[in-house]
Amino acid sequence: MAPLLELKNLRVSFPGPRGPVEVVRGVSFDLGRERLGIVGESGSGKSLTGRAILRLLRPPARVSVDHLRFDGQDLMAMNDRQMRSIRGARISMVMQDPRYSLNPVITVGEQIAEALRVHARIPRREIRARVRDMLEKVRIHDPERVMRLYPHEVSGGMGQRVMIAMMLIPKPDILIADEPTSALDVSVQAQVLDLIEDMIAENGMGLILISHDLDLVARYCDRVLVMNQGEVVEELAGGALHAAQHPYTRGLLDAVPRMDETRKFLPVLDRSAGKGT
Amino acid sequence: MTDALNIENLFVRYGRVDVVQDVSIRVAQGESYALVGESGSGKSTILRAVVGMAPDWRGQIHLDGTARGDIGQGAFARHCQMVFQDPYASLHPRRTVDATLSEPLRIHGIGDRAARVVEMMQAVGLDPRYRFRFPHQLSGGQRQRVAIARALMLDPKLLLLDEPTSALDVSVQAEILNLLVRLRDERGLTYVLVTHSLPVVSFLCDRLGVLHKGQLVEEGDVGLLQTGDFRETYSQELYAASLGAGDRVRHVV
Repeated sequence: MAPLLELKNLRVSFPGPRGPVEVVRGVSFDLGRERLGIVGESGSGKSLTGRAILRLLRPPARVSVDHLRFDGQDLMAMNDRQMRSIRGARISMVMQDPRYSLNPVITVGEQIAEALRVHARIPRREIRARVRDMLEKVRIHDPERVMRLYPHEVSGGMGQRVMIAMMLIPKPDILIADEPTSALDVSVQAQVLDLIEDMIAENGMGLILISHDLDLVARYCDRVLVMNQGEVVEELAGGALHAAQHPYTRGLLDAVPRMDETRKFLPVLDRSAGKGT
Repeated sequence: MTDALNIENLFVRYGRVDVVQDVSIRVAQGESYALVGESGSGKSTILRAVVGMAPDWRGQIHLDGTARGDIGQGAFARHCQMVFQDPYASLHPRRTVDATLSEPLRIHGIGDRAARVVEMMQAVGLDPRYRFRFPHQLSGGQRQRVAIARALMLDPKLLLLDEPTSALDVSVQAEILNLLVRLRDERGLTYVLVTHSLPVVSFLCDRLGVLHKGQLVEEGDVGLLQTGDFRETYSQELYAASLGAGDRVRHVV
């Protein structure tokens, strides 16, 4: 079976004062109905990779790719109209911070309904019922009340669940989650990730989880790509982080303080080759 | 020896709600104390009450045995400083590093400013060639170093750290944490750290207090983090959640 998504040699560059600066340098991967994690620090190009798949990058960014195929179709050859029918409906994206990604002047229920209405003609009553079901699925206990609330009236964790509901209601094939829990408390993080995990399993979808948190990605993904400075430096099986070989991955792992910390100083990455911090 | 910070029966009010209820904390001199809890638990509010950013409080706050109300602004600034979470927001965007760092010296009428600025930049691991840069020309880690340098300009004894590393990458976080450990040893500082990351507490602190809904539910030694022997269910949940997103998994696999 052909993979759901094929990405080969993705390159993204931005114009700089001394010519174009390449920030994603030849990223390739195939995604089936599985959970793929992409980890890296800020500036490693992980979010740009996610956005490039949805063709969300606008000039001055320049994107080049050998091929980008989704379900047998060439995404790069599509016009804007065809692309819109893919975005949201077949591939959708959960962004980092619900406070910035939800529309502040539209109620939660209305926004979720919009995701459905844009892609299909469905009677109003059915839309309402499906929104309510979806909110229940993301474990919001009183959907009727929450549907009438505005984004500023819900908590961070609930906002993120609303986002997930909105992204999953058109039943996409691939969910791209870009730092879905970084703005949330530890205790809520696990709930949101468990929820994404359940939804993925239930609908048989593919997941791309983008995060800077190695442990978290390793826990929730089947495969992990480690990115540094625009390149994939290592691919690891989920739950096998300790098998990491690449010095960059090892450096990252060692730099994280542990719960049972005894070290006086943490080892840091050698930056003498690149930029200082 | 008197405590560096002694808070007794503190209530802090935002509007009509007491967001901090009856919290008592003692922090000895040279100690690193951590306040942990979820957002909304009131942990940052306690720091804000100490520095005077949340003026509506009741109870007792003593620094080195002196009541907070008896310490003038200038004296307080020389004794206690705060470092904020987001270095992108806490530095003035139109002031150079030099202007940011020399301002406290100017206010307090301290001379020899250029030399002091350069010396402090070196102490926090910033190359002096960054001295005339603006914050937007610096990386996140460099900005946090500037924020720490600014807090240390007046040579305070007590440093309040409000999530100093949670806006930073893991490798940068490690550098800033190392810097904080080194500065504490060199200058004999007392830290009160607010964070939601228990592993950071384990690295940097000696004792911790767990806050939940504005109340201090448990206090203990950092040794608790190694064994996980928390008494209260809430602390246990918080501990378990932190393990879940992190760390022990690696040792088990």
